[in-house]
Amino acid sequence: MNQFDLELQALAVHAPPAFIPRDASVDRRATATTALRRPRGGAAVDARGLSKRYGARDVLTDVDLTIVPGEFVAIVGRSGCGKSTLLRLLAGLEAVDTGQITLDGDARGRHQADIRIMFQDARLLPWKRVLDNVALGLAGPDVQERAREALAQVGLSDRAKDWPAVLSGGQRQRVALARALVHTPRLLLLDEPLGALDALTRIEMHGLIERLWQRHGFTALLVTHDVTEAVALADRVVLIEDHRIALDEHVPLARPRARGVAFDAIEDRVLQRVLSKPGEEAPPPVQRIVPASEWRWAV
Amino acid sequence: MSVQGVETTSSTSLSDSPSNAAPDRRALNANVQRILPWLFPIVVISTWQLASQAGWLSTRVLPEPWAVLKAFWSLTLSGEIGKHVATSTWRALVGFGIGGGLGLLLGLLTGTFRAAETLLDSTLQMIRNIPALALIPLVILWFGIDEWAKLFLVALGVFFPIYLNTFHGIRSVDKGLIEMARSYGLSGWKLYTQVILPGSVASILVGVRFSLGLMWVLLIVAETISAQAGIGYMTMNAREFLQTDVVLVGILLYALLGKLADVLAKGLERWWLRWHPGYQPNART
Repeated sequence: MNQFDLELQALAVHAPPAFIPRDASVDRRATATTALRRPRGGAAVDARGLSKRYGARDVLTDVDLTIVPGEFVAIVGRSGCGKSTLLRLLAGLEAVDTGQITLDGDARGRHQADIRIMFQDARLLPWKRVLDNVALGLAGPDVQERAREALAQVGLSDRAKDWPAVLSGGQRQRVALARALVHTPRLLLLDEPLGALDALTRIEMHGLIERLWQRHGFTALLVTHDVTEAVALADRVVLIEDHRIALDEHVPLARPRARGVAFDAIEDRVLQRVLSKPGEEAPPPVQRIVPASEWRWAV
Repeated sequence: MSVQGVETTSSTSLSDSPSNAAPDRRALNANVQRILPWLFPIVVISTWQLASQAGWLSTRVLPEPWAVLKAFWSLTLSGEIGKHVATSTWRALVGFGIGGGLGLLLGLLTGTFRAAETLLDSTLQMIRNIPALALIPLVILWFGIDEWAKLFLVALGVFFPIYLNTFHGIRSVDKGLIEMARSYGLSGWKLYTQVILPGSVASILVGVRFSLGLMWVLLIVAETISAQAGIGYMTMNAREFLQTDVVLVGILLYALLGKLADVLAKGLERWWLRWHPGYQPNART
């Protein structure tokens, strides 16, 4: 890693740009071809009074969420609490019922190209080779080169010619990450992207996502059901419960984060808060332990 | 990068494990696998030959395989087979081109646009339930007994499998992939050619293979009604003169051409679906 990157990292960690001038978008379009190498910084996200219903069922009610540029926010909650729906609203995959979402003060729709999503399943096109998957939706003369560079950033340069079918789950998600990063998004939405991976691969991916986030300086929003993952990666952990935000906890730990007393304390606090409210799904009753005298041979 | 290091070690250990199994036994198995499908036909044909030679089978009923081969050879030398096969193949291909092309076009149309589905699908479903061969009297009235009657029958028969499978293929493209592609800025023609069409190719090819089978069935019937050339004409003609060996040559030709069409369709599958785990060489063990 060269000096420039190191400086950038330091910048992204310690001093997220608090303000991005309105006319920055004009600059961005002018330098679009060399954009990959030049981080564009994160977008400020502001959601006000978001509500969403599916039929008669409330999913989100009057949710407010503000994210400063370059911040890493994790959203946790029980399954079905609406955390994925919030992400889909921000992504524009679904329309809000009421409320509004702005990016850098503009309507969300004007920044569609600045937002990229990583889904729980990698959603690679199985009929395109890895490199062509990364290059999906890119335009310009140096498409291949940019895709190659993004692939190198996730450590998969040697798999460029492979079909997605032969990759492991973790490798697929890394390709999906490269595909998102090649567009130099200013807001990266991660919809439980590591949910289906094994524990070791997840730890690897945490490191990778953190490094790339620090390098590119985008705003990141991670939806996860794993509180440890949230505490390991995020500047802020937001809990959604009963269709609204129930907890907004800052994680003031230095990066890269390792488990320790402070880490465990925060994780425990969030976890206790998640569990304190009995949801619809009660924990399974404890099985009675049968004393040895009541054992029977199953023959 | 440490991530890369970890991943490469895991992938090499994965690829190592199966190659440790005894390679000789696998090679032997592969050879047996190659020979086995031919075993049964060989046994049947030699039994048949022996039965004919021993006089248990009358040549009227079934000529001996050797006689069939001889007939095949003499018909090839006289150029008759070439002429008939060319005529039949031409009919098959033109009929398939017209029917399959229309099926593909309408399938894409109804699969892509709801309005087209509402407008056309129920009509097509009704026509689909009419057996193509039931239309023969009508076809003869419409087209007489010339080429168009045969082409029409073949085209009508191959239309529906391709239409149905194209429609189904378009509709069953993974919605998640379409959603992803849209969010990555693909729309319209690009979305269609990069996501929807490749996603439905597997299903369309199933329709193509099904149609190729039907194509020969319909052609045989069409050629036996009335024709001045073609394999069907050759066999009907031979029947008049009790040339059972020539009849058998005709039947064998249909079998060979059918097999050839299937091999071609399989080749298409292997090329177009080479990304598919089911069609990758290392998946076939």
